[in-house]
Amino acid sequence: MKEDNVNIKDPVLSIRNLSVAYDKGNYAVKDVSADIKRNAVTAIMGPSGCGKSTMLRAINRMHELYENIETKGSLILNGKDITDMPTIQLRRMAGMVFQRPNPFPTLSIYDNVIAGYKLNGIRLKKKERDEVVERSLRDVTLWDEVKDTLHKKGTFLSGGQQQRLCIARALAFDPEVILLDEPTSALDPVATSKIEDLLVKLKENYSILMVTHNMSQAARISDYSMFMYLGELVEYGKTKDMFTNPKDRRTEEYLTGKFG
Amino acid sequence: MKLGKLPAKQFSQLLKVHQMNSDKITKGVLLLSSFVILFVAGGMIFSLVEGAIPALKSFGLSFIWSNNWNPTEGKENYGALPFIAGTIITSVAALLISLPLSFSVSLFLGEYYRGTRIAKILGPMVDLLAGIPSIVYGLWGFYVLRPLLIDLGLPNQGFGIFTASIILAIMIIPYATSLSNEIITMVPNELKEAAYSLGATRSEVIFNVVVPSARSGIIAGYILSFGRALGETMAVTMLIGNANIVPDGFFSTGNTMASVIANQFGEADGLKLSSLIAIGLLLFLMTGIINAIGKFIIKRMG
Amino acid sequence: MPLVSSSLNEWGNMNSAAKITVANLSRRTLKDKLFKGLVLFMSLITISPIVLIIYKLVEKGYRQISLDFIIKTPPNTFEAMTALSNGELIPGGIANGITGTLLMVVLASVIAIPVGVITGIYLYENPGKLLANLTRNISDILQGVPSIVLGLIAYMWIVKPITSGFSALAGSVSLSIMMLPMIVRSTEETLKMIPESIKEAAVALGVPYYKVILRVLIPTGFSGLLTGILLGISRILGETAPLMLTALGSSVINLDITKPTSAIPLLIWEFYNDPNMVDLIWSSSLLLMGMVLTLNLVSKRIAARTK
Repeated sequence: MKEDNVNIKDPVLSIRNLSVAYDKGNYAVKDVSADIKRNAVTAIMGPSGCGKSTMLRAINRMHELYENIETKGSLILNGKDITDMPTIQLRRMAGMVFQRPNPFPTLSIYDNVIAGYKLNGIRLKKKERDEVVERSLRDVTLWDEVKDTLHKKGTFLSGGQQQRLCIARALAFDPEVILLDEPTSALDPVATSKIEDLLVKLKENYSILMVTHNMSQAARISDYSMFMYLGELVEYGKTKDMFTNPKDRRTEEYLTGKFG
Repeated sequence: MKLGKLPAKQFSQLLKVHQMNSDKITKGVLLLSSFVILFVAGGMIFSLVEGAIPALKSFGLSFIWSNNWNPTEGKENYGALPFIAGTIITSVAALLISLPLSFSVSLFLGEYYRGTRIAKILGPMVDLLAGIPSIVYGLWGFYVLRPLLIDLGLPNQGFGIFTASIILAIMIIPYATSLSNEIITMVPNELKEAAYSLGATRSEVIFNVVVPSARSGIIAGYILSFGRALGETMAVTMLIGNANIVPDGFFSTGNTMASVIANQFGEADGLKLSSLIAIGLLLFLMTGIINAIGKFIIKRMG
Repeated sequence: MPLVSSSLNEWGNMNSAAKITVANLSRRTLKDKLFKGLVLFMSLITISPIVLIIYKLVEKGYRQISLDFIIKTPPNTFEAMTALSNGELIPGGIANGITGTLLMVVLASVIAIPVGVITGIYLYENPGKLLANLTRNISDILQGVPSIVLGLIAYMWIVKPITSGFSALAGSVSLSIMMLPMIVRSTEETLKMIPESIKEAAVALGVPYYKVILRVLIPTGFSGLLTGILLGISRILGETAPLMLTALGSSVINLDITKPTSAIPLLIWEFYNDPNMVDLIWSSSLLLMGMVLTLNLVSKRIAARTK
């Protein structure tokens, strides 16, 4: 890995020697180190099975859900090591958006936005709640579409609206970094471009780390790009540089459509 | 337009909850509850064996093949053969009677009329057969079926193996169909279409494509329904005649393991009670083995 | 020359084969139609008992059903005999059976539902684990244990050592063991249908595990759980055999769980064995069937609505 490629000061997140193994010794992510820039969109690309989603999920310690997954290395979020942090604190700081929109089917749109508070038992005053809901929904440009149906179930929305609702749910918790795992792969082109515009706008206030299998999406909206292959971080740099002048042969082959 | 900070006080309370390892406690509770089932099952075997020991001590293994059932004080002697025989004969007969019926129903629901309005009426009706209490089947058998069979010339006032088997057959149909119907529905259309394109008729497709691919599921369904038949109590008790003899034919009276327990438990104590518990243990083992075989076949199908 | 003749031969053969096929075809379609007719006929025979049974219960039982039937206890044999000889309806009702059934079913549910749901969650959370597989298999086998054996068990566990006599508690325990595996199974199956991503969404918000279960998994699968529970209840509602060995029966309304208690099926059994009371079997069965059918329909409704 060519670390000299990127020199990021005051990174929002430092990944140090991260390895993730399914079962014993079967590594999906191998010794990855990288610094993630604040208030920027960083894209993680690579063919399916390259470990990009696995790495993203490690940042949120999602792997603790499954007992056979082993994570090594350290992750420093905003100067704090996340390994022994209470999960509630970590997940407040790192919001996650998934491949398929997954609003809670039993909750209304309103309650979905403040689900992080509601499900954790954090009581807010009605005024505070309304404020959080409105701000989050405005942030994802969903407010005007749903302000009259806030108390309907979130599952009645279209796929793209649902995904924006899920982003709002993450924003409501006021995270440092937003992790998105192929957030548009289940959406149509119109909904996709809405989400892309949204992400570009959101980077003013948040740091965004996004897995995508869609190269042109990475080229369109990301500032920095990573290319992963077989669990390794092959190349990391400014998106413009990587797309115009890839350093590694494998990156070049991927970008020119030779594989993936 | 960043949002305000979280309410600090509540947040620190939350952190405390986390530090108390609530996740570990939760996992522990889940684990503990799964022990309840193991404990219940283990305790059942233990209690049945413990209760059966006096009888097994007195009669040894011959308890299983002795056909002597004599509660007279001083000459007490108990053997389970009449009941084992009665149980197996009624259950096998019930299975044979139910076979064409449940097979037809599965074809009706899973093949001929799959997803149609009529199937949506017939399906739940068949399921309802499983909802009718055993004692109601018994009443119906006693007051409706039995007189009919007497008119047809059945001996012993219409009581016996045959009458009990018919009622049992009706009772177990839903258990056989619920599984085989599901499996038949799952036979891929491509397979069937391939056979149709070669000019096969529907019944030929059923016998050459549908049944062979759904075979294990159909068989597993019958095995599970057979397991049901072994343990049915009330309806059989009301119809089989309750004679503690090894039945000598289809129209003979007899008794099953479940019905002898139900019938004689009231006045049982000492060695007789232990013998009834021993019969319960045998019945438990028989149904356990049959069900395990059925589940094994289902598991192997994947 | 031999070449030609052989090819001629082949033609001849094919011709006769074609003829056979044509002759076959009508026979095959006839067979096909006959088979379908047989399937239809057999299916009709199969569902006829349910129609006939319900018809019989309604025909012979409906006149007895009244408010008294629900709020009064059964008459003694002599009163019943007097009524019979005067050509009147048998007085009284089956209030002791209704209350006993409710008492035991509620108690059995209180025992079985929490344990069953939590065990089902455990199985769902640990799909490949040895202990989970063992628990699942044992639970499946438990589901096939004849109810009369469960009666014996509750007799040995409760009647003899704890309540030193027949009791509603013993009846409830036998019914709860019967219900438990059904709830375990339906809980696991229901939770399996919930997309993993819903659970992950909650985890990603930092929600503690027990709250993920209580506030996300259970509410999301609620209708499935309810369906399983209602079906389980409808199954134990009509159980007679285990109660004969445990609750025994009682001629009065009893709400003390340590005392013998009646139930609707137990009353049917008593009426069946008493020539003076035998008329009451139909109305009692009608009421019992009504309860079972209602539960069945309600659970089907819930299941259908969520699909």
